[in-house]
Amino acid sequence: MSTATLPDDQQLRQRFSDLKPPLAPQAAVIEANRCLNCFDAPCTAACPTHIDVPGFIKRIASGNLRGSALRILDANILGGSCARACPVEVLCEGACVMHRYHREPIQIALLQRHAMDFFHDSGEALLSEAPATRNLRVACVGAGPASLACAAELRRQGASVTIIERRALPGGLNTYGVAEYKLRATDSLREVEMIRRMGVEFRFGASIESGVDLEALEAEFDFIFLGVGLGAMQRLGIPGEDAAGVMNALELISAYKTGHIREIKGTVVVVGAGNTAIDAANAARRLGADTVYLLYRRGESDIPAFDFEYEHAKQEGVQFLWRRQALAILPGKHGRLLLDTVLVQQVDRTLLPILNSQYSLECDLVVPAIGQSPLSQLVQDLRHIEIRNGRIVADRTSGQTGNPRYFAGGDCVNGGREVVDAVADGKRAALAMLKTMEVADA
Amino acid sequence: MPDLRVRAFAGRISSPNPFWLASAPPTNCGEQIMRAFDAGWGGAVWKTIGEPVTNVSSRYSATDWNGQRIMGFNNIELISDRSVETNLSEMAEVKKRYPHHAVIASLMVESTREAWHEIVARAEDAGADGLELNFGCPHGMSERGMGSAVGQVPEYAEMITAWVKEKARTPVLVKLTPNISNIRTVARAAKRGGADGLSAINTINSITGIDLDTLIPRPNVDGKSSHGGYCGPAVKPIALNMVQQVMSDPEAALPLSGIGGIGDWRDAAEFILLGCGTVQVCTAAMHYGYRIVEDMAEGLDNWMRSKGFNTIEDFRGLSLPKVTEWKHLNLNYKIVAHINEQKCIGCDLCHIACWDGAHQCIHLDRVSGPVDGHVELHPVPAEYEARSRSVIATTPVTRRERESLSEGRGPYPTPLARIPRVDETECVGCNLCSLVCPVDECITMVRVENGLAPETWEERTRRASCTTPTQ
Repeated sequence: MSTATLPDDQQLRQRFSDLKPPLAPQAAVIEANRCLNCFDAPCTAACPTHIDVPGFIKRIASGNLRGSALRILDANILGGSCARACPVEVLCEGACVMHRYHREPIQIALLQRHAMDFFHDSGEALLSEAPATRNLRVACVGAGPASLACAAELRRQGASVTIIERRALPGGLNTYGVAEYKLRATDSLREVEMIRRMGVEFRFGASIESGVDLEALEAEFDFIFLGVGLGAMQRLGIPGEDAAGVMNALELISAYKTGHIREIKGTVVVVGAGNTAIDAANAARRLGADTVYLLYRRGESDIPAFDFEYEHAKQEGVQFLWRRQALAILPGKHGRLLLDTVLVQQVDRTLLPILNSQYSLECDLVVPAIGQSPLSQLVQDLRHIEIRNGRIVADRTSGQTGNPRYFAGGDCVNGGREVVDAVADGKRAALAMLKTMEVADA
Repeated sequence: MPDLRVRAFAGRISSPNPFWLASAPPTNCGEQIMRAFDAGWGGAVWKTIGEPVTNVSSRYSATDWNGQRIMGFNNIELISDRSVETNLSEMAEVKKRYPHHAVIASLMVESTREAWHEIVARAEDAGADGLELNFGCPHGMSERGMGSAVGQVPEYAEMITAWVKEKARTPVLVKLTPNISNIRTVARAAKRGGADGLSAINTINSITGIDLDTLIPRPNVDGKSSHGGYCGPAVKPIALNMVQQVMSDPEAALPLSGIGGIGDWRDAAEFILLGCGTVQVCTAAMHYGYRIVEDMAEGLDNWMRSKGFNTIEDFRGLSLPKVTEWKHLNLNYKIVAHINEQKCIGCDLCHIACWDGAHQCIHLDRVSGPVDGHVELHPVPAEYEARSRSVIATTPVTRRERESLSEGRGPYPTPLARIPRVDETECVGCNLCSLVCPVDECITMVRVENGLAPETWEERTRRASCTTPTQ
């Protein structure tokens, strides 16, 4: 059995062509040769998974692409998706010494993609120990990056791992949530397939929703890794939010990535200004929306999205409405919607509406994108696992929770960071489990 | 304003500048040479004329380095495959149209007095300003008793030079092969034979590389290869040394046309500083075309202005006295590396180079570690790497987190912890760090006054032998 996949959608591929096209082989070698090969390189230190960046880059320069990919995978099993999804401007490429050399930083992400594409295209299976070599059975709940990284590391070292996922496809936000022009769902699934071939088992459509489910897990597995991510997106909390024509950013992104939405017409208003809001706004533009507004209650300098994402949205033609708050969603003419908004100003630490500044936006789709709330249903049932500010409390280096049989990592612990942070969490948890087991066995 | 004109070989060959094309494919025919003169070349040594050969395909291969094409270049092409008549009639045409440019006939014929006498007469009748005897071609021709087969045997070289001199009216240059243990021996032989000048160096025996798919060395001629002659930027240091060897030997020194990896005015200036009166270029012209001569002439002109030199003769040979034998170097001269913290970009290549390739005296522990002292006091490179890879790094997702990254940077553009420091008491002044540093003027070698009078190895051993009994 291979991982379920999605059909290749030419229209999707065309509308969401690579934001950063891959390097041609010779361009990759030229770029690789630009790398100074720093000692104890700052790019490696900045990477949450500490990929040996100069190491893999110099392997590209020498024509050792397989070695380059293995070097990446050794540190980061999702090296392929990280090469596409990472905000490298604030990670490896941001740390590149070339900035101080008055030159463009090395294009680490594109080089990493070059090596990873070579490896994935080759279809080579990663070696791992046979399942029985270690008497350790682990369940990873959620099939997102944290669980995948945890599972891969455990499998590499001989443990038996089962990933339990409530949705139909694995990969978590890599499959359902990253803008298609950065990371294609099909590429995410290809990466998961490599992990499956390492001997990781998957159970799809399986929710863990009760204490009974947990007891069953505990009976079957030695450790349980929680890589459940964040829950549904926060609601705006305004009237009319459940009307047809309101769809939150993650729903919109997963719907177009899986082929459920192929076209958007008219005017779209995205509420919020984080990276996900921008992904949704850009997607609406590429899916055909004539006008896309991004509504944000604060000003341009407060925008939580990365600067390069903001710049990108402007290039995509997204228009920004600053210091404006959504008040209500009402039915409009011809089946359209009216979004009532008001200008706000900050007084002390609160935002207050400005009198007579109400304005109704006529639109066809309202997309709330104001952050995700933690999925609490499962974890509230857990015994001895503390949840603080909606996040599972886990030891930073081991990922172990207050309950020694439970580990956790990724968004459900860090509150929502990047794929690479989830991979680092999952890997650290795997190593900690292995160490715990060794101590117990000794 | 500097004057680039040269009157080389005891004033007997003039050219508008010292830049000549070497005997090679760029000087294959009259049409090419005239275009080269139009482009600005001062002279050309005609592709070696002799009994026409049959060449193979392919003929060239190269060594690329670090993404750059043609660090070194290799050929297995022989001398001209055109008839003597064709070459010489074109030469006459070139001389007629370009009377003020230098046209040198490179010659190679079988090793008989008659053959040499005949070709010398014909070349001079065609108007050659001088003759270059090709005793250097390292491949193919040498198997037939010509080229480097002559250049590697001083007696042959002397004999043939003498034959040529019996007949020649124009200056006779002998082109030296580097494929010999001491280039001075053949240079001396040429001088004894009566040569008016020398050209050096010819190409170096080489196999540039092997195709790792087919296992066939390059260049591939129907599944086989043969050693070729190596040239291009990679050979310049070897050529400079051989030029110095010849020019510093009174028994060998003659007016010299320098050859070997010259691609720009800097290279040319260096050959002239070691005594060359003209320079010859081939690989760079094959790589980029004749147009490279423009910058060679302009660049040399600008450099001469800045140094106050009016003519080539003003600086020719000025670096020769600055090359000496090792035993005459001052053992008490002491320099140490100095790192400019403002310029350091934090690549830390100097640290790893010093630890793994030199003397373990550039450290990364400037923030907390001991300043000076034995190597055992400092963390080894692997400890630094292990340390950084055990740190938990996270993506700065909020504006606040991103801003805090640039806080506490310290006084320099690079965080202090990544700016290496030099333990000057342990530094031996080897230069390695300054060579690996990618930033100009970041690591400089600074003189340390140690109060010791200059002393050479020769002086030290002489003094030692005076004061201690010999064994």
